[in-house]
Amino acid sequence: MATATKRRAKPEHVSLTAQGKPVTLLEAIREGLWEEMERDPSVFLMGEDIGAYGGAFKVTEGMLDAFGPLRVVDTPISEIGFTGAAAGAAHMGMRPVVEMQFIDFIACAYDMITNYVATSRYRGSGAVPMVIRGPSGGYVRGGPFHSQNPEAAFFHTPGLKIVYPSTAYDAKGLIKAAIRDDDPVLFFEHKWLYRRPQLREVLPQEDYTVPIGKARTHREGKDLTIVTYAALVHKSQEAAEVLEKEDGLDVEIIDLRTILPLDDDAIVESVKKTNRLLIVHEDTRTGGIAGEIAMRVSEKAFEWLDAPIQRVTAIDAPIPYSPPLEDYFLPQTDDVVKAARWLANY
Amino acid sequence: MANRSPAKRAAAIPHGLGRAELLEMYRLVRLTRSLEEKLELLFKQSKVVGGLFRSLGQEGESVASAFALRRRDDGTGDMLSPLIRNLGSMLTIGARPVEVVRQYMAKGDSPARGKELNIHFTDYRRGFIGQISPLGDLVPVMAGVTLTFRQRGEDRVGMVYIGDGATSTGAFHEGINLAAVQRCPLVVIVENNGWAYSTPTRMQTAAKSFADKAAGYGAAADRVDGNDMLAVYGAAKKAVDRARAGEGVTLLQVDTYRRRGHAQHDAQTYMDPAEIERWATGNDPIDRYVAALTGNGWARPEELAEIDRAIDGELDEAVAEAEASPLPEPEEARADVTGDGPVAGPWYRLDTPDPTKA
Repeated sequence: MATATKRRAKPEHVSLTAQGKPVTLLEAIREGLWEEMERDPSVFLMGEDIGAYGGAFKVTEGMLDAFGPLRVVDTPISEIGFTGAAAGAAHMGMRPVVEMQFIDFIACAYDMITNYVATSRYRGSGAVPMVIRGPSGGYVRGGPFHSQNPEAAFFHTPGLKIVYPSTAYDAKGLIKAAIRDDDPVLFFEHKWLYRRPQLREVLPQEDYTVPIGKARTHREGKDLTIVTYAALVHKSQEAAEVLEKEDGLDVEIIDLRTILPLDDDAIVESVKKTNRLLIVHEDTRTGGIAGEIAMRVSEKAFEWLDAPIQRVTAIDAPIPYSPPLEDYFLPQTDDVVKAARWLANY
Repeated sequence: MANRSPAKRAAAIPHGLGRAELLEMYRLVRLTRSLEEKLELLFKQSKVVGGLFRSLGQEGESVASAFALRRRDDGTGDMLSPLIRNLGSMLTIGARPVEVVRQYMAKGDSPARGKELNIHFTDYRRGFIGQISPLGDLVPVMAGVTLTFRQRGEDRVGMVYIGDGATSTGAFHEGINLAAVQRCPLVVIVENNGWAYSTPTRMQTAAKSFADKAAGYGAAADRVDGNDMLAVYGAAKKAVDRARAGEGVTLLQVDTYRRRGHAQHDAQTYMDPAEIERWATGNDPIDRYVAALTGNGWARPEELAEIDRAIDGELDEAVAEAEASPLPEPEEARADVTGDGPVAGPWYRLDTPDPTKA
């Protein structure tokens, strides 16, 4: 006899918010997924090792038991296959959430995502309400294929939405928004932020979403704007504290939260206030989204700039593994401090 | 002339078909060929925008396979996804000639609203999902479509077409593997027409047959003479019934021949004209079907001729209607990228160019 999932007691590991306890970014995403699965029977999950194993990072732990194998599907190693299958299921009115075990493997599904999924609505094959989520980013010595930030590769694809939260609150609100959005959403989860204790926070108990396409002012300031996202929001925060203490500089930090569509208004509003812009992203320099942001500010707020737009990014190389190499490759707090100082002194 | 009675006892119609269905299949296959001939004429008059892909010689298997599906127009029937030479399947599952001609003429009221060409269009109520050019991609998509039939406990079936060439793609492999392991109710029709553009099948795979590949996926296999419409119907029906009974994926190889080039521009000089001629004169699917219908006493030549006449009239009307349709409004290019409203147009095309409106 079928048991309504709602009648079963919710397991401890997805009841932290309900008990008023703080959650990590990962736990926030897990709660968001669970709640959407309960709320809407058309939501289901597909991915490698997400069922019996609970996912490589345990994001989907317990979900197979609670929701069954038709809603938590352990797939073969087939990024093309399960991404395409998610699109087919979405065509039929389901709302699939696909996990890339590491977001690096999203590259295997590049054709399916960019040629099929992103263009479906435009071509008249209908909206594709699906989410592709996965652990992204470095600072964990994961090497070239377990550390990538792939947003730039898909940024260029009209029809997609791309979301990359930096806080537990935003992660839960945005995974829900992504699932409820009728367009395909790429949802990146920074693995270095997943379990960081400093990011644990108590979340609202009521159902809430965070709007896709809207940036957040992480730190208010008047002297210089940093536009950033994901892990570098927190390194920029560290840099801002150093700059306040040592240089008396008041830095504003805009956390994009959504990469595509960009919140031009929030960026421009901040630039008009501070007149100096530093874009900081973990992705590599050439073709990273800093270039696009700079161009938009040039189009919309050139006269407000008192200095050239600058950026802090990873170097143009594959991601190295050994700590001295990765530390050199990736943007560090001190890099943000130095670049901001240069801008402030211009 | 003496009254002969009865001329010959009609053989039993196979596969549980009735006479009306036999005539309907004839109408559909004739419609397919005639519509393509009409499109070819329009192409030569430069009224077709872009390429034209004939399915000459393959119309029979396309129609007969799709005919085995439970076809409805209210979103509850079986679903198929065609390839470029499956106009026959599209017409069988319910696409209308005027829609096809509008597509080929890039009209604004074509099903894809001028955004996609030829038979790349979709209708969930009638049950077809248009393909895209990267081959193989619709196999995983149809795996997902048919997975939802299992998820929702619906006894619907999916059918997806793939060419001999496209069985080499990763998308085909991953899609059929996923469908098979998840026991999706999916029929995969491998249309072996001997060629993938200029590449013959011996350069496409070392496998002895495409049906052989099914074992590698744990799928059932079958193989049939693609130019014998009734045999194709029978094999497809068997596969569809298996799927509907929960027995999973069947890979059905249909052997046929592509009598024209890859597309209208392709002079097919890499093909042997004598071989093409042999297929045209000795193994045309419509000729063979007509012979079966009339030879077995299942249809009279006058009935078939009446259907031909009706088709001619229908196609003339469809072309006239399509020609009268307007091209799309240019600003339509901005619409339906996402659900959030039209995207920005170029700032330098505004009456007063303004980069802040970029």
